[in-house]
Amino acid sequence: MLEELYQEIILDHYRRPRNKGKISPSDLQAHDTNPLCGDEIEVTIRLAAGKIAEIKFDGHGCSISQSSASIMTQKLAGKPLEEARAFIEEFLGMMRGAIPFGGRELGDLKALEGVMKFPVRVKCATLSWHTAQKALANATESKS
Amino acid sequence: MIELLDSVELEEIRDDFPLLAQRVHGKPLIYFDNAATSQKPRAVIEAMNDYYHRYNANVHRGIHALAERATREYELARAKVARFLNAETPDTIIFTRGTTESINLVAQTWGRANLKPGDEILLTWMEHHSNLVPWYQLAASTGALIRRIPLLPDGTLDLSQPFSERTKLVAVTHASNVLGTINPVRQIADAAHRIGAVVLVDGAQAAPHLAVDVPSLGCDFYALSGHKMLGPTGSGVLYGKRALLAAMPPFLGGGEMIREVRADGFTCNELPYKFEAGTPAIAEAIGLGVAVDYLAQVGLQKIRQHEQELTAYTLARMAEFPEIVVYGPADASARSGLVAFTMGDIHPHDMATFLDADGIAIRAGHHCAQPLHKHLGLTATSRASFYLYNTRSEVDAFIEALRKTKNFFGACPTSRQLGVFGTTPVTGAQP
Ligand SMILES: Cc1ncc(COP(=O)(O)O)c(C=O)c1O
Repeated sequence: MLEELYQEIILDHYRRPRNKGKISPSDLQAHDTNPLCGDEIEVTIRLAAGKIAEIKFDGHGCSISQSSASIMTQKLAGKPLEEARAFIEEFLGMMRGAIPFGGRELGDLKALEGVMKFPVRVKCATLSWHTAQKALANATESKS
Repeated sequence: MIELLDSVELEEIRDDFPLLAQRVHGKPLIYFDNAATSQKPRAVIEAMNDYYHRYNANVHRGIHALAERATREYELARAKVARFLNAETPDTIIFTRGTTESINLVAQTWGRANLKPGDEILLTWMEHHSNLVPWYQLAASTGALIRRIPLLPDGTLDLSQPFSERTKLVAVTHASNVLGTINPVRQIADAAHRIGAVVLVDGAQAAPHLAVDVPSLGCDFYALSGHKMLGPTGSGVLYGKRALLAAMPPFLGGGEMIREVRADGFTCNELPYKFEAGTPAIAEAIGLGVAVDYLAQVGLQKIRQHEQELTAYTLARMAEFPEIVVYGPADASARSGLVAFTMGDIHPHDMATFLDADGIAIRAGHHCAQPLHKHLGLTATSRASFYLYNTRSEVDAFIEALRKTKNFFGACPTSRQLGVFGTTPVTGAQP
């Protein structure tokens, strides 16, 4: 069962997080904490031509939260805002079990399916996504 | 002579706890999360069942046989708790839902009646959120100020400075739920009383494990939770010195707490009912009474000795790992039966998930002590906490599971500067 949670892809992103750090100055940013453990995460985004030109995450957390954030930045980079919002919605829906896990776009995200077998850890996986959602909610379309 | 639990006694004790004999993820359950809540012996569960099966009735009201029996058992439980704490009289024992409610009761009644702007409330860095937030709320509503006793690098309180003359209340934990530190309550109470301050002790982590004698501790209030000491959730106690309780305004308003209600007002009932508005948690109080009987029968000295041995053994085994940092006093005799630690950069959530896969229940997170974790430069720790039914061989299995976790995550970079084993690297700001 542990193998389903700690897949190679997750450990790889945990050990070598992609897009970790802070964009400054950034167009959008949000900060959130996991009340269970106090882990904090910050997401910063730079926009260009209505798209996410660059996205980074900062903070600390467990292997699940860090790898999920790392994969998220790869997935969202380059997406138009509306598409990014819809993608986040869809991923959060999957993690809630509201929609089946799948879809051609998942890629590395598929590795997070195992987290659903560990309900207390789902929050770890979704923290960065909720934070990005918050950041994008701050975006006025005119700014993009 | 302090006796140890022998292996036969330990086996008998374990047999009294039906929940312990189960497998989790195919492994025998090892329950090391006792600081969060303890398991319950059969006697407690049966006493509560018995109440519902045979004499469920409201207390202090009905003129009938069931109500009389329920009232008698409820008051008997109060008398048992009074004896357990060596309180002057049973009417100094107020039943609450737990430590949190007990502390809020004091903050909202004694606190609102006695604090003025500029008065100081003295806390420590190692308090649980339930011994912080009620005082923050009180400070906000009265204009009183929050101060803290500094923390020394070994995880004990720095009591070298006299308390400020403005201190009106000292609220301190008897035993820390993270560091394990057992605080010198008597010394603190004496210092507080010299300047006329009142002392509230959070006994949530001490009453289950140490023989508590409130007169010799010298505190004015003592709060505890039944569920951490073999009793049911929803049971708890506030002990208070009689004169203080008598002078305090009531807490919640309603039935039971009144002597008389008129069209335009009310008069309060006598102690302890003044503070027990509404129908109380009757089965829970009765369960708590049986729980303290159980603890007294095994013997608090023996329980303490057993837990201290387990803690010393755990600390010694953990020293096999250079990447483990233990927080709190190095000496098991100075701490209660729990060990909070970090292992390199392995996140406590990952640690807890790994241990759980081996049937071992520990706690991971900030343990409702965020200011302490911040003060130590941490966000989270893992915590193993013991009770009378835990064994040395469970500690061995725990150590092997730690080794497995370490080997799995071993390749992770270790970025944090590690403290010396057994010391608390205090990196946070002073008050
Ligand atoms: C030191 C300390 N104080 C207070 C509490 C709060 O107890 P309860 O949640 O039972 O009110 C706890 C329990 O976690 C604790 O460890």
